[in-house]
Amino acid sequence: MQTALDTLCPMHVVLDDTGHIVHGGPTLSKVLDEPCIGKRFLEVFELKRPRAVQSMTDLREMSGITLHLRMRDATKTSLKGVMIPVASTGQFIINLSFGISVVEAVRNYALTSSDFAATDLAIEMLYLVEAKSAALEASRTLNQRLQGAMIAAEEQAFTDTLTGLKNRRALDHVLARLSEYRSPFSLMQLDLDFFKKVNDTMGHAAGDHVLLQVARILVEETRSDDTVARAGGDEFVLIFHNTWKAEQLAEIAARLIKRLEEPIPFGSQTCRISGSIGITCTSQYDTLNLGRIFEDVDIALYASKHAGRGRYTFYTDDLRDGDVLQGIQAVS
Amino acid sequence: MHGLINRAIQCYYRDTYGRDAWIGIVRELDLAFSGFEPMLHYPDEVSHAVINEIARVLDKPREGVLEDLGTYLVSHPNVEALRRLLRFGGVTFIEFLNSLDDLPGRARLAVEDLELPDLELREHGNRSYSLTLHCDGNGFGHVMAGVLRAMADDYGALVFLEHRGSGGAIETLDITVFETDFSEGRSFELGAEAS
Repeated sequence: MQTALDTLCPMHVVLDDTGHIVHGGPTLSKVLDEPCIGKRFLEVFELKRPRAVQSMTDLREMSGITLHLRMRDATKTSLKGVMIPVASTGQFIINLSFGISVVEAVRNYALTSSDFAATDLAIEMLYLVEAKSAALEASRTLNQRLQGAMIAAEEQAFTDTLTGLKNRRALDHVLARLSEYRSPFSLMQLDLDFFKKVNDTMGHAAGDHVLLQVARILVEETRSDDTVARAGGDEFVLIFHNTWKAEQLAEIAARLIKRLEEPIPFGSQTCRISGSIGITCTSQYDTLNLGRIFEDVDIALYASKHAGRGRYTFYTDDLRDGDVLQGIQAVS
Repeated sequence: MHGLINRAIQCYYRDTYGRDAWIGIVRELDLAFSGFEPMLHYPDEVSHAVINEIARVLDKPREGVLEDLGTYLVSHPNVEALRRLLRFGGVTFIEFLNSLDDLPGRARLAVEDLELPDLELREHGNRSYSLTLHCDGNGFGHVMAGVLRAMADDYGALVFLEHRGSGGAIETLDITVFETDFSEGRSFELGAEAS
């Protein structure tokens, strides 16, 4: 009987009718740091649940019920158990298992396959724990890589996420292409006027709403092969491909400013902005120098601002000489 | 084929011949990515193309590449986790052999969509076995031959192993175990080192 139990339930204990341990299965003996024979069961193990059990008398009533126990030694290992009385001898058999703490127990007590009954699922459970953590690790690295790829993709994106216009990166890309192929183009730089006031007094939601309306106007007033980019905050850059007459550009700039000055409703409020524009064309230069062109369009833009905003200015060399009113067109 | 299998092929080649060698394969095959993701799926043609290209570059028969892959899976430190999972199959090499029928089920327990060929071990007495693989003749038997040779070493068993070739969708391995404790083998503790 005992050998059978040792094979079938290597974690069992046999108690006499006073609750003293008379036999321990081989695995249990391996786990306990000192021999337990002769000790009281409740001296070696603390019964956590059911809580009512304080004595052997109480324990006797617990036949067939799941017991939650803890070893009283330093390891404090948790165990599950079930007790049955053996009528013929007056003894009790309690079979124990590590339950969910099996992974730690195997590590702490250096248990091997032979410490478990052949039918015990402990080995399968250990296998699953390792298999799942390996699989999870693979998933985790995939997620990390995807996260990295997403950040990289965002950095490489050519679209301004708020307005859907091209962004600064896209702009640099377009300009690099134009300068590589020596294609003629006209450049307009637009700064919104009074935008900061909208943002400060009506909030960022109003500001974002205005930027979206501006983007819509810019797209509507240009052709699909022109480039419209939001270069930052409230700065926009428009590139008109091929050669344009100054009158045509002036007409576009005037129309843009006029539309930007139309009141923009936001909820119950109304946002009012305008725009200042600087314009230059590659046809004005003997050699194409992007740095120079941007410097010039900036000078033209500041001339517009300086002259009172809500107007456009074509770049001329005179602007550098301080004759800032030259070439400035107010839109009325 | 499952990304884990493709990833295994990639890691075998990368860990054995270097990162640049792997990038060479990627370039030559004009793959749209620089490495397989273990949790995604890829068309079978891609896996076969990679194996064939590796065989071409190494000037080795395809079967040899597959067997090396199997050996790598058990013996390389980078894939120690897999060796451990295989060792859960049994305490001795014989027990391990007898657990092979469960291998596809064990793989599915770990990764639900990982399909491995059905394996069937037959015992012919005198510690001689044959392992039948239902793998559409895709060469999985050669991978398994590498795995089993390395596992025999791992257990310290002395084993004779031969791929009997493939007939239709089936590949067969002959396995003869001469000694189960021929050498010390590698240790295996149930409880993994806390990482």
